Amino acid sequence: MAFDEMRGTGKGRRCRDPYASIGPWLDGQQEDELRRKSSQAEALFRRTGITFAVYGAQEAAERIIPFDIIPRVLSAAEWRRLAAGIEQRVRALNAFMYDIYHRQEILRAGRVPADLIVRNAAFVPEMMNVEPPRGIYSHIIGIDIVRTGENEFFVLEDNTRTPSGVSYMLENRETMMHMFPELFSQVRVAPVERYPEDLRATLESVAPVQLDEDPRIVVLTPGQHNSAYFEHSFLADRMGVELVEGQDLVVADGYLKMKTTKGLERVDVVYRRVDDDYLDPLTFKAESMLGVPGIFELYRAGRVTIVNAPGAGIADDKSIYSYVPEIVEFYTGRAPILKNVHTYNCRRPDDLAYVLEHMAELVVKEVHGSGGYGMLVGPASTSAEVAAFRAKVKAEPERYIAQPTLALSTCPTLTEQGIAPRHLDLRPFVLFGDRMRLTPGGLTRVALRKGSLVVNSSQGGGTKDTWVLEE
Amino acid sequence: MLGRTANDLFWMARYMERAENIARLLEVGYRLILLPHQSGEDEWRSTLKTAGCDAAYLERHTKFETSRVVDFLLLDRENPSSVTSCIEAARRNARAQRTAITREMWEALNSAWIELDGRARQAREPNELPALFDWIRERSALFRGALLNTILRNDTFYFTQLGTFIERADNTARILDVKYYMLLPQNEIVGGGLDSAQWATILRSVSAHRSFRWVYRDAFKPWHIADFVILNPQLPRSLRSCYVEIAAALAGLSEYYCADSDAMKRADGTLEMLSQADMVTIFQRGLHEFLRDFIAGNSELASEIAATYHFND
Repeated sequence: MAFDEMRGTGKGRRCRDPYASIGPWLDGQQEDELRRKSSQAEALFRRTGITFAVYGAQEAAERIIPFDIIPRVLSAAEWRRLAAGIEQRVRALNAFMYDIYHRQEILRAGRVPADLIVRNAAFVPEMMNVEPPRGIYSHIIGIDIVRTGENEFFVLEDNTRTPSGVSYMLENRETMMHMFPELFSQVRVAPVERYPEDLRATLESVAPVQLDEDPRIVVLTPGQHNSAYFEHSFLADRMGVELVEGQDLVVADGYLKMKTTKGLERVDVVYRRVDDDYLDPLTFKAESMLGVPGIFELYRAGRVTIVNAPGAGIADDKSIYSYVPEIVEFYTGRAPILKNVHTYNCRRPDDLAYVLEHMAELVVKEVHGSGGYGMLVGPASTSAEVAAFRAKVKAEPERYIAQPTLALSTCPTLTEQGIAPRHLDLRPFVLFGDRMRLTPGGLTRVALRKGSLVVNSSQGGGTKDTWVLEE
Repeated sequence: MLGRTANDLFWMARYMERAENIARLLEVGYRLILLPHQSGEDEWRSTLKTAGCDAAYLERHTKFETSRVVDFLLLDRENPSSVTSCIEAARRNARAQRTAITREMWEALNSAWIELDGRARQAREPNELPALFDWIRERSALFRGALLNTILRNDTFYFTQLGTFIERADNTARILDVKYYMLLPQNEIVGGGLDSAQWATILRSVSAHRSFRWVYRDAFKPWHIADFVILNPQLPRSLRSCYVEIAAALAGLSEYYCADSDAMKRADGTLEMLSQADMVTIFQRGLHEFLRDFIAGNSELASEIAATYHFND
């Protein structure tokens, strides 16, 4: 029986403290009324165009992520502990990246195997000895956290490249406040609305140093067909900066310029939502149409800041993940506040043997996969699926890692069968520039199918508003 | 502002204006063929010509049947000028520029797009068609109202104004050009040869059917109709009114960017000409030639605006 965020592990109806207000409120609601509100919310999302694209899906090219109107609540004390752990991790991962792209002390000390770095597709050798402003590589991070008990939190993944979902965090709150204003007058919920301001301040703080005027910031998107396009335009809009595509940018006179109605104008900071490989056809994939030829040379010369830095993926690579506790200790000199999930690296013969034997109990993931694509949840799979996956892992063990299947915590969720517990995770969003800025809460993703542990939106997951209570 | 943004704003407004104009042309044509002694064949031919897609229609169809024309102009996604295609294109442009437009504008456009497929059924039910025309007009009005009420008066506003009024001027001039022969003074002398239903159709096509009587206070006379639709500054769809807005938007841009443009001078020249012209001279010079030159000049102005403001660099 999984830990329930509202009821704990007890069988009774008693609510845990953070839910002291929500529990009775929920009991007082008619299910019909909740359903009506729920479809109102859906219409609101659709009209606002809060949509995402599912790769490979033909029909309904734009979908909305189902929004569940029962919030997920964290107490101030729970959040304090998470926040401390997240900050520690973000500092350590950035220190790790600085080290990896400079002296590689951690490799010399033998704490992380060198071939795990140099033969890693996420490692960008062109970044060696580049000095990013403030020494930061990953300014915008989303850390995926799961819970299995009252005090049991685990980091499942560090997203140090281009974490998405922050627009849902903001829009979910807007929607909840719009639909249940009276609830917010009863419960003191820490606001999240500062995020766009914080993001802008973070981006400004890492502008190239020799600027004589306010830095000019842009958001670089692959375009309308990208699954997170709504979020790109949302963030540009809330920050009050231009949303550009590669075709709008050009390198001229030694600077990055954008093509405006008045001709070319200089750009200082690029918040890019384009992957490393597509950033610059001169340095990376030559056939890329999404990037800007020459932008990487400008970055190396300190003429423009790219956020997150190229090569930041080395810190969230799934094969690096199992070393993060080591990494935290190595750079901070302290034990990690947040635990990792035990991870079997199939590249290690012992681990591989264990994984092949216990596959039906494990969650197996592709090292370079994301979005819930290319993974196996052993207990939820048929024996044929497990056998097929076993063959894949045997053929290319270095491409896979495995973890025990965790009993993710649940939270009451409005389902077709009424209000029922569903499994969830949490992605808090951190900004790191002149200082650390952590928005209280984050994005709660919920697996809407009964018993499912996969919360990804591409796999039928939904989202919830996440409340951190004020003291 | 990005050049691409300016381009998208211009076309977003142009496509919304076009969607409404195509719907109105269709509505007027539909009304006309219900009258006795009118040939649907001729009317649909000239409607398609005005919409600029007669050739494309004939590639796909051989006869001008009402149901086919309605389908082609309202629903056909292969026809870039159909109302459906226009609303989709406007929404695509708006979606690419969510950051430049207001939430109200986006929601007006996006909810029209969301409802579009559900409305298609109405296009196939003759009795439902008038309600569908009303709906398109309402959506267009809602979008335009949201724009005028919420948009900042800066370059964003000016580029959308330019898109709206360049398209509107083009549409009004085409309506006249396709039926210019009905407006020639000799037709009035011939008298009775052409039925006043045709003249009323021209006025209805530019939403000027009722207002005409308030301005001219006599029966439809061809040169009054031509005067109203070309030169009268009171009619919001007249060529002159369109150029009042175009010149104002270009002057606004010049001021906002602190730089005069040749496009502004060109628009000022056209406005000056429309303000000083009279119908006698225009008829003497040839109405068809006048309209043909106007349409060409209007389209050259659009290209000049695109070049001046780096729409496609």
